[in-house]
Amino acid sequence: MLSKRIIPCLDVHEGRTTKGIKFKDNIDIGDPVEMARFYYESGADEIVFYDITASHEKRDIMIDVVRRVAETIFIPFSVGGGIRTIGDMRAVLRAGAEKVSVNSEAVFNPDIISQGATAFGSQCVVLGMDVKYVGKKDKIPSGYEIVINGGRKYMGIDALQWAIDAQKLGAGEICLNSIDADGTRDGYELNLTRLISENTDIPIIASGGAGEPAHLYEVLTVGKADAALIASMVHYGTYTVSSIKHYLAEQRVKVRKTWS
Amino acid sequence: MIAIIDYEAGNLTSVERAIKYIGCRCRVTNDLKVIDGVQRIIFPGVGAAGSAMVSLKKRGLDGAIKDAFYRGKPILGICLGTQIFMEHSEENDTECLGLIQGEVRGFPDNIKTDDDGSRIKIPHMGWNSIRDISAHPVLSAITGDDEFYFVHGFYPAPVDTDYVLGVTRYGISFPSVIGVKNLVATQFHPEKSGEPGLNLLRRFCEWEPC
Repeated sequence: MLSKRIIPCLDVHEGRTTKGIKFKDNIDIGDPVEMARFYYESGADEIVFYDITASHEKRDIMIDVVRRVAETIFIPFSVGGGIRTIGDMRAVLRAGAEKVSVNSEAVFNPDIISQGATAFGSQCVVLGMDVKYVGKKDKIPSGYEIVINGGRKYMGIDALQWAIDAQKLGAGEICLNSIDADGTRDGYELNLTRLISENTDIPIIASGGAGEPAHLYEVLTVGKADAALIASMVHYGTYTVSSIKHYLAEQRVKVRKTWS
Repeated sequence: MIAIIDYEAGNLTSVERAIKYIGCRCRVTNDLKVIDGVQRIIFPGVGAAGSAMVSLKKRGLDGAIKDAFYRGKPILGICLGTQIFMEHSEENDTECLGLIQGEVRGFPDNIKTDDDGSRIKIPHMGWNSIRDISAHPVLSAITGDDEFYFVHGFYPAPVDTDYVLGVTRYGISFPSVIGVKNLVATQFHPEKSGEPGLNLLRRFCEWEPC
């Protein structure tokens, strides 16, 4: 039986993690490699890096981070942010990432999904979706709309239809981020997660809104997600991946038992 | 020295990094002379069986692997590499190396749910455990709690069940570790499976099949 995956997400800007994190043991909280190792040791099933470096010239810094992460942790990890071409994908995968994720890049150029799937296999291609609830209307029958730029720009695309289309194009997985829930720490958007999960055949990683372990329980059961992304819950030392997994195991959610 | 066979099938660097991390010497190669001279072979792979076999034959690597097998060198197969050891794959209707008698099969269409009622999604991707683990030097560190990282839509089905060294549940039970003589092969990725995976690789690097 497959375990539900718990996936910490790290934002990286010019080679440094951006969120302050309270750790003991002299971990350099700005170093994505040390952070990744810390989460690896505490039982993360996968790690997501999101490169928020704006300057294209400085993107090689991220490739170096990927290479060093791949020498340090031995679980799958994905890299997203600024992936516009097959060449960008290849560079990240060659450096040692297991998967690449495309978000707004795929909204503007859906072919990048199919090109990536053909070149590297669907299992390498994750579609990131930022979604807002706007109410049901003609162009948005599900009531959920695709947004970009952190939710500032509405794209007039129905989120459910986009998920279905992306699966057809060859996306191997969807990382589904609710902009409404993101940053609230009030829990994931369960209706959205369940809607997308029940109407697609690829794994869904729920993202946005996690504030306590019960939220993960809800989204992995009621929300029917295959995996849950977490950020501030663990970045600020409130919880550890291990403590979250212990809680989930007590609630009879199947998670991979951690060794530390 | 360990040769990691390079036949343009997926991410070989992750295997190389894991082997170096555990302190063993290895080289990613498709050079027949190098492969002839090494003590051990790792045969990894991600991708489709059809193009993999074409690529192997083009370089004469199919013969090199068979030769190493019959000479008794320890060989570890991973994922697609494991499937290639079988006689035939349903994927692209491909003739494979035939070191182990049997087929590579896709997951059946009619099984819709996993044991907990979750919907079966293909490929089988994520962490899963191994049951009915055989007493084998390479598998001696694995416990029932350990989980390993899988990404695959097909699995090996040896005719002789003695060659099944471990099974995994995903809607059905399928062989997730197989082996015979000096060959052991996993459907999962030990190089991406945390400490239990690294332990398996350590055991392989020390293994002296008799």
